[in-house]
Formats: sequence, C-alpha cells, structure tokens
Amino acid sequence: MTRYIIRRLLWAIVLFVAITIITYVIFYLVPTDPARLAAGRNPTPAQVKSVAHYLGTDRPVWYQYGLFLKRLVIDHSLGYSFADRVSVNTDVLNAAPVTASLVIGGAILWMLIAIPVGVFSALHPRSKTDRVAMASVLVGISAHPIWIGLILSYVFGYIPSSGHALGFSFPSFTFLPIQGYCNLRGASQGQVCSGPIQWLYHLILPWVTFAILYAAFYVRMIRANVMETLNEDYVRTARAKGAPELQVLRSHVLRNAMLPVVTMLGMDIAIALGGAVLVENVFGLPGLGQLAVTAVGTFDLPVIIGTVVFASIVVITFNLLVDILYAWIDPRIRLG
Amino acid sequence: MALLDVRDLRTHFHTEDGIVRAVDGVSFSVEKGKTLAIVGESGSGKSVTCLTIMGLNSGRRIDISGEAIFDGVDLLAIPKDELRRYRGQRISMIFQDPMTSLNPVHTIGRQLREAVQLHADVTKAQANARAVEMLKAVRIPRAETRLDDYPHQFSGGMRQRVMIAMALINNPDLLIADEPTTALDVTTQAQILKLMNELQRDFGSAIILITHDLGVVAETADDVLVMYAAQPAERGGYEDIFYRPHHPYTWGLLRSLPHLATIGEDLKPIPGAPPSLLNPPAGCRFHPRCPYVMDICTTVVPEFALVPGSGDHRAACHLDEETKQREAATILTETLADSA
Repeated sequence: MTRYIIRRLLWAIVLFVAITIITYVIFYLVPTDPARLAAGRNPTPAQVKSVAHYLGTDRPVWYQYGLFLKRLVIDHSLGYSFADRVSVNTDVLNAAPVTASLVIGGAILWMLIAIPVGVFSALHPRSKTDRVAMASVLVGISAHPIWIGLILSYVFGYIPSSGHALGFSFPSFTFLPIQGYCNLRGASQGQVCSGPIQWLYHLILPWVTFAILYAAFYVRMIRANVMETLNEDYVRTARAKGAPELQVLRSHVLRNAMLPVVTMLGMDIAIALGGAVLVENVFGLPGLGQLAVTAVGTFDLPVIIGTVVFASIVVITFNLLVDILYAWIDPRIRLG
Repeated sequence: MALLDVRDLRTHFHTEDGIVRAVDGVSFSVEKGKTLAIVGESGSGKSVTCLTIMGLNSGRRIDISGEAIFDGVDLLAIPKDELRRYRGQRISMIFQDPMTSLNPVHTIGRQLREAVQLHADVTKAQANARAVEMLKAVRIPRAETRLDDYPHQFSGGMRQRVMIAMALINNPDLLIADEPTTALDVTTQAQILKLMNELQRDFGSAIILITHDLGVVAETADDVLVMYAAQPAERGGYEDIFYRPHHPYTWGLLRSLPHLATIGEDLKPIPGAPPSLLNPPAGCRFHPRCPYVMDICTTVVPEFALVPGSGDHRAACHLDEETKQREAATILTETLADSA
C-alpha cells in the first residue's frame, strides 16, 4: 500500500511538471507581449522594455520556467500577477473556497437526486416514472449549463423582482439572488454579506444549475449499473437464500453498482474544482473558473499557471483518494 | 407422500417476438431424501422449471400455471413473501457458475451468516459457529480463518463448496442443484458430486439435480426426468432410463456418451439442434431430429404414456413397444461392451 502511494506520488510529480511545461509553452506560442499590456496605455518602447524586465518576460522561456519551479518549491509561492502584482497565492486561496462551495454542494445535491431516481428507474424499467425520468435526463444532458443558469435566473430571480409575468402584474419581491457570493464565515473586504444563511441563499441557484447538468449523467449511469447488477448471479443467490428485496438491493446490488459511480464522482468533482467556469460566470461567483478566465483575457501568466497548478494538484489528489477508496470498497483490488 | 409434487407446470415468457413456452406441461415428483435428475440439452427448460418453483424467474411478463405442492403447500399459489420464507430455509439452490454466484464485495463469512440470520433469530457469534461447522462439513481446510476471506481468494471448486455449505446451512428438505459441476474441471466435478452424495446421506435432503451429463446422472440419481423442448420426453427410475430407455431422445443421449471402448471413434451426437420454443414443431417436438420418425409423428402429439408393465416409467413416443425394447437392448449391449 505504502509503495503504491509512493509510486503514485512520483508519477504525480512527473504529471505536474508536464502540465506546467505545456501551459508555459502554449502561453508563449500566443503572439502577445504581456509587458505591453501591463505597461498601460500608449507606452514608449523603453517603458515596455523596463516593464518586461520587471516582470521577467524578457528572459528565455526555460529560464522563466525554472524560476517558477524554484519559487514554487522553495518559497511555496506561485508568483505575482502581471496585471495587479497581487500574490497569486492570495488570488487562488480566495477563489478556491468559492469553487469548493459550489462544486461540493452541487455534488451532494446531484447525488441526492441521481441515486433515488436512478435506482427507481432501474427497478421499474419502462414504467411511466422511468420514461419521464429518462426524458428529463435527456434534456439535462443536452442543455448547456449557461442556458440552464440563465433560465433559472430569469424564472426565480428576475421575474419575482420585476413584478410582472405572462401579462399579469403582482407586487415585486426578491425570491432568489442571481449574482454574487457570500462567505460562509467572516466577510472579506468589499463583500456585503457573510454567514451560513447568506452563503446558502446565494448558492441555491448555482447548485441547482450544476446539479441539473450532472444529475442527468449520474441518473443514467446509476440506472445502467443497477440494472446490470440486478442480473448478476450473486443477486439471484441472495434471493435464493430468502433475502427480502430491500435487503437484496441494499446489501448485494447497490454496493456493487456504486463502484464505478465512485470513480466517476471523484473525477468529476476534481475536474469541476479546477474551475467550474460556466456556472461561476453566469452567477458572478468569484471562483477559480472566473479567476482563470479573467487571467486569460489579460495574458496574466502567473495567475493562469497558478490556477493550472491548483487544478492539477486537486485532480491528482482526488485520483489518489478514489483509488484508495476503491481498494477499500472492492476487496478484489489489492494495491501492491 | 412425495416431498415435492409438480403437476402440469407451464412457464410462458412474453417477449417482443412472441410467447416463449419455456416449460410446457411438466410433471414430476421428488421423494424425501431421494435424488431426481432432470436431464436435457441447453434450452430444454430444466433450469426454468426449477427457477419457477423457487419463484426466481427474472422478467416481468410471465404466465405460470400448474401446481408445485411442497409438503402440502402449493408454492405457485402462495404470496411472494411467504414463498421467500421457504427459500434458503426449506428449499435451497446452488447454481452453475461458482465464480459469479458469490457476492465479490462481502466476505464468505458474511454471506454464510446472512443465510442463517435470514431465517433464524440468532446472534452473530452463533451464526458464525454454524458457518464454520458447515465449511468443515464441505471439507474446506482451516474453516475458522477462511470466514474473513473474500470469494476471489477461493478456487472454483472451493467456491462451489462454499455455495453448497450456504445452501445446506439451514438443513433444507430440498436442494436444487442447477448444473453444479458444469463449470468445474473433471477432477473437481467428481469431488463435488461425491461430497453432495455424502451430504445427502448425512443431512437427508432431497435433491433435484439439473444436468445435461448422463455420466453425472449415473453417479447420483434415484429418478430421472428427461426433458426435450420444454416438455417431458421420458421419466422413470434410474434403472428404467439406463436399462430400459423408451424414447429415441434418451437413446441419443446414451449413445452420445463417450465410452472407453469407443476411443478413436467419432462421438455420436444427436443430429440437428433443439427447436425454437417460440414456434416448436407440430406433433412430436423431437420428430425433425428423430431417426425413427414416422408419418404420425409430424402431426399427432404423442401421449406421455405409462410403459406397459412398469411402475411409473413414462415416455412420449409413437413407436411400438417391440421396437423400443429392441433398441433399448441394443444400447444396453453397447454400453455393457464398453464397461466390460
């Protein structure tokens, strides 16, 4: 087990270096000069040159990459933003809890929807409920997250506060907020709200948007897995032993059917933590996705690299966790 | 009175292509402590017969008719939950493939315990003790320590022993074994069959043994039911079937057995393939493959009639008694020549 983890960690380092090198190379393939952007409006060539020297972009790529690695390993620093000279560590650490709140809350919600619906559909294939569920799933999978987000914003945010809908007028009221984020604990500067209630209140629509998208995938996957497991010989054995249906389902079907779901869930959460770009954008959540998009728009290399580094660490860590968890729930897998 | 009396059992599956009559009028009985072998090719309805009795058929649209009187109770007529209480306690079942019949994520101790605790209000320790006792009975070495092992840590033969232990753990009156040795290699097969015979002696359970292997039948059965295309072809005591077979399909099965004397010769399979149960042949269902086919066979369904002068030996064939006895004698001579 220990050997396995060490091997995985070494492999993770290789992966990490590869990802950051690729990010650097792609960045320098784009014919833009970050120094010119950072130097303000109508800079003189001399000004651009001095800014480039200050940012370090006048050095060769390999030198810059080496410097990045040195800072990361020795100073644990991701560097400073080209655009506003803020520490990238601060940027990422401010954005990470926002994304984490969105993704983990969303994941809980989508599993709460997907497990009962998927299992019910599998137990009653071709029933009316199953058909309705499968049709909704198709909509969920086909719909774009931005579209889902905008429709939800419109229906639950805009219409109540506008005071009229479908030609009727009514006293306007605020139902659900459609923009912004509130810290779970103490407000940081510039924020108007904080505390668990405000946090939850502001995340309802983003969570629902996120959940609709993923719940659809998971309903389908859980349905397929449960149906497959129901046909397993050991399920028949359990029935032959005289186990009641509920016990057959709980003890023999679900645990086996959930094995692949656990893997998917780990991967999906990890990828989403790296930046739930679209949902964050629609609802104005200052998470990692927003951070990365803004940084790409301003050619802010250290911030781009910062988010990439963070995302890869999350993905690698989650993969490792999923593998270990998997070995724990499936005794056939022995890590050696 | 027989332990299990099955009368005119029919199991029809509604599928998209039509009605599959997987079991179409089967009757037999099993005596206490005796072994009935149900023999037939794949798809002849022998497994479905037993799954129907157990209430374990999968699929939604099934029509079942007939009776299965077990110890005075018609299993086909009682509510599902009542039938469930019979399963694993009074009637248990083991399956063909031991590699897939145990749940891979639970220890075998847990799976054995479950079988006990489903039917008796006992503590975990008591259930464990019973599990160890059973593992010893099926001769699994180091039984105490193996409770915590998972199925993948056992070989195929050992897994089938675990399945047998699990099936017998509540001392059932009837054990249904659905091709219990088919997935095992030959030496393991022999060990498992020997074990089943011994356990039957110790536990006194009746056994229904489903098989396509007449060799297995010869080693274990008291009575034999030969099924062809969802219907009984021949039924009788062990000696009736082996010494006085009365149906061309049984003859074919006996002739297709490999014998020591026929080494070097080609095996003699029954020509053709079993018919589709969606649209079985008219008349005798065996007639397209039967070397003795007559005009009557293609139109008239033969009666499952008592063989003259026998106790309860029945066969469904239009051939005259004289021909049947002559063929039976020929086959017996061939077989005896082999064993000589």
